Amino acid sequence: MRPRYVPQRGINLDYLMWLFTRISGVGIVVLALIGLGSAMYMGARLQMDLPTVLRWTFLPNPSHVINSNIPDVTMGWANAFWQIMQFLIIFLAFTHAANGLRMIAEDYVGHTLWQPFVRAFFALLWMAMIIIAVYVVIGSAY
Amino acid sequence: MAYGKYSGFRGLFYNAGGPYHSFSLHRLTAMGICLFVGLHVLSSFSMQQLLGTWGTTINIIYESWWFQIVVVFCVLFHTINGIRVVILDIWPKLLRYERDVVYLEWAIFIPIYALTVYIIVMKAFTGTV
Repeated sequence: MRPRYVPQRGINLDYLMWLFTRISGVGIVVLALIGLGSAMYMGARLQMDLPTVLRWTFLPNPSHVINSNIPDVTMGWANAFWQIMQFLIIFLAFTHAANGLRMIAEDYVGHTLWQPFVRAFFALLWMAMIIIAVYVVIGSAY
Repeated sequence: MAYGKYSGFRGLFYNAGGPYHSFSLHRLTAMGICLFVGLHVLSSFSMQQLLGTWGTTINIIYESWWFQIVVVFCVLFHTINGIRVVILDIWPKLLRYERDVVYLEWAIFIPIYALTVYIIVMKAFTGTV
């Protein structure tokens, strides 16, 4: 645990990521509300159960969750609208998460020689998770 | 040492009140969500590509009622506290009322979470909601 280095004022990476964290946080909530609203709209006449509604809210993922009925599995990620929604959630959520984890780790590491390695680790983790998640979304459509 | 960035066990006895504890919980729930979503994506990948059965194992854990109680806490608290942080950052004048806002946040969180836990537990016991 080390005292935190205070970055310079003005536009720099820390400021941009601070701003991005706020915007992406609100963005994920808005995307989730769109998913929830759409699930209500689609499921109102089909007696959709609660787990299914929540799956449409975040992750209409036909290849992982077994215990709920998505009314039409091919609708899930074969539809361009839900693909784009999911790509947006993936990008915003993983960037938000990777930056947040980087901040937590850097609070413990501080400005030492480890810092660039910590940043590289989280950058690689960020890229790998986005690639895997996008692959799962695209792969589920076929 | 900067106590303001500490979110470990000693923080429990650090008498800073609501805002500090919500900061601390925000970090812990953030790491919980990262673990949950990261494993969710990896197990989806493994189930889709038929890489062994560990994806199914994780799925069984994720769909169990006790795990959902933890996940709902992490997601709901992180969301509500995050919205509070965003609002206070956009309108810094409201920082005067930060402690009151944290109480308001718990007043919003507790009913939603209690109702969710009630539904999850009732479903676990009776099979229907």
